[in-house]
Amino acid sequence: MSRVIDCDLPATAPPVSALHEHLDGYWRDTVVERGLRSIEPSYELPGSGVREPAMPADAELAVVNPITAIEALHSEDLAAALARGLNDWLRSRWLAADPRLRGSITVAPQSTDLAVAEIERLAGDGRFVQVLMPLRGQHPLGRRLYWPIYEACVRHRLVLAVRAGGNIGSAITPIGWPSHLVEDHASQSQAFQSQVMSLVLEGVFNRFPDLKVVLIRSGVSWLPSLCWRLDKNWKGLRREVPWVERRPSEIVRRSVRLTVRPFDAPAEAFAEVQSHLGSESMLLYGGGEGPVPDVDYDENARRTYPRLRD
Amino acid sequence: MATLVSAGLVDCDIHNHPASEARLRPYLAERWRRHLERFGGRNRHGLAQGYPYPKSAPQAARVDAWPPGGGPPGSSLAFVREQLLDPLGTSFGILNCLHAGAGQMDVELGAALCRAVNDWQVAEWLEPEPRLRASIVMPFDAGDLSAAEIDRVASHPGFVQALMLVRTLEPMGRRRYWPIFEACERQGLALGIHFGGYSGHPVSSSGWPSYYLEDHTAMAMAFQAQLVSLVFEGVFERFPGLQVVCIEGGVAWLPPLVWRMDRLFEAMRDEVPELRRRPSEYVREHVWLTTQPVEEPDRPEQLIQVFERIGWDRLLFATDYPHWDYDDPARAFASLPEGARERVYSGNARALYRLPES
Repeated sequence: MSRVIDCDLPATAPPVSALHEHLDGYWRDTVVERGLRSIEPSYELPGSGVREPAMPADAELAVVNPITAIEALHSEDLAAALARGLNDWLRSRWLAADPRLRGSITVAPQSTDLAVAEIERLAGDGRFVQVLMPLRGQHPLGRRLYWPIYEACVRHRLVLAVRAGGNIGSAITPIGWPSHLVEDHASQSQAFQSQVMSLVLEGVFNRFPDLKVVLIRSGVSWLPSLCWRLDKNWKGLRREVPWVERRPSEIVRRSVRLTVRPFDAPAEAFAEVQSHLGSESMLLYGGGEGPVPDVDYDENARRTYPRLRD
Repeated sequence: MATLVSAGLVDCDIHNHPASEARLRPYLAERWRRHLERFGGRNRHGLAQGYPYPKSAPQAARVDAWPPGGGPPGSSLAFVREQLLDPLGTSFGILNCLHAGAGQMDVELGAALCRAVNDWQVAEWLEPEPRLRASIVMPFDAGDLSAAEIDRVASHPGFVQALMLVRTLEPMGRRRYWPIFEACERQGLALGIHFGGYSGHPVSSSGWPSYYLEDHTAMAMAFQAQLVSLVFEGVFERFPGLQVVCIEGGVAWLPPLVWRMDRLFEAMRDEVPELRRRPSEYVREHVWLTTQPVEEPDRPEQLIQVFERIGWDRLLFATDYPHWDYDDPARAFASLPEGARERVYSGNARALYRLPES
């Protein structure tokens, strides 16, 4: 197999001690004095991700996505400080280790201002190709309070990546708290559906037509039924969102991309899922186990990520 | 409609509504009448009247569904006959009353209102109209009170189902709801889960979206989350006779959800060792779907592919009369394969609800 662009190389959350050297004095003292030792998420299997910097064997380039729960902290200043430390750790620990590695700028969604400042701080480093937000946060991603983040993404030719997970302390499903981790993971496809809907209907892609949104560890097969339902409801209710002048499915196909692993349909259904998606260009390669549909992943990645065309 | 389905249409989602709150008073104890006059009802949102996501139309209704004699849509049996049952040639219709009693924060008030609604349904809908069947409404977040209400009225042959709304306080597989499942099994009733409700949780997993268009579309996601809970909590192991009907959630999300659950089950099954079978098997044997509001791919054959994956024996046609997103049986979807049509429009519902031949 020829080498591919791997758009999802998940990096295990480092212990906070690994960030100490990247935190300024006040924040280093804070995390030590207050015993903040871990930003590992509760919504992943313990130890998920890759611990040591390494290129996947089948990849020519790989985009690293740290797995952290920075969104869980209620202080926006603390969260932003940890995001800064994490990003500098990613540069020194991962991106410096192999020139074929690319990075995600983790931002703390608690504060739009601080998230934009972090993007500005790092945008000059061409190895960063995207901005990383958690799937589940305080507000739907289409809401206007987040638009300065998207404006910064477009200005700096960065993609917006939305990674599975997130927990801000209120119910992780619209019907409350499920008992099991397997339910949490099964329900994340519903959260992705909500976020795609919000981004489209709030007009994010009208205001930022060049913005690409990459869904990471999202699964894929849930998207067609959402598009069908959205198109139908838009037909009936579009007076409520008059700026959405094209069918939601067209906007989704133009602006939303999905990493393929783990692929959530059985191989016998690949052709059906692809025909229901109605596009060959939405899928991006992501490392991991299991078969995936056969599409031109590298072409899709270069069309998605402006900075991979440099 | 005779050409569409020779056995006679069964419409699995019709909404009846009291003409006014005063119409329920004869069915309420004096204590609760006084309570309502002094305090009103309290749902888990801030508006005393109406909805935080204003609907597309008053009462979310078709503009032509307001009875000429006054009252809200669905409040006049005579007009339901004239506008729906007679012209469609409906053999049977299932009433799902969405009166706000079931969602009251004070569950004692909710239980009293649900008792009143059920008694009103018997007296003013089921007794006068032999084509109608109904769901038992209940304060569904209180499992014990709900089970008591099921047991109180289940002997009336017009009740074929107990009704929950999809947005519950907790995921439906959790223990607070088990008395409802026991009662459904005991009484031989289906469990209907209908579009709607105020859980108090944001309607997305990431906060409150802005628009009714999102609220409406997100209902399908709440249905998905409920099936995830019912399956992985082992409800179908514990209640092997339980039959769950997803009403007004659409259908096309089910095959992908089942794929996702099966894949995750393979990876994480030791977290839920009480499950003895794959999620897809439980869904296939315990879950039914009403078709409305059916998804509309550009290529109609793709919807047929979805139906085939779900199974022709699990789909139940529904109009959702008198609401704005009503599906017309002649136009809602492309022509179905021979044989499938009879089942979706008639036979499946007759089997599920044990309706007589007509």
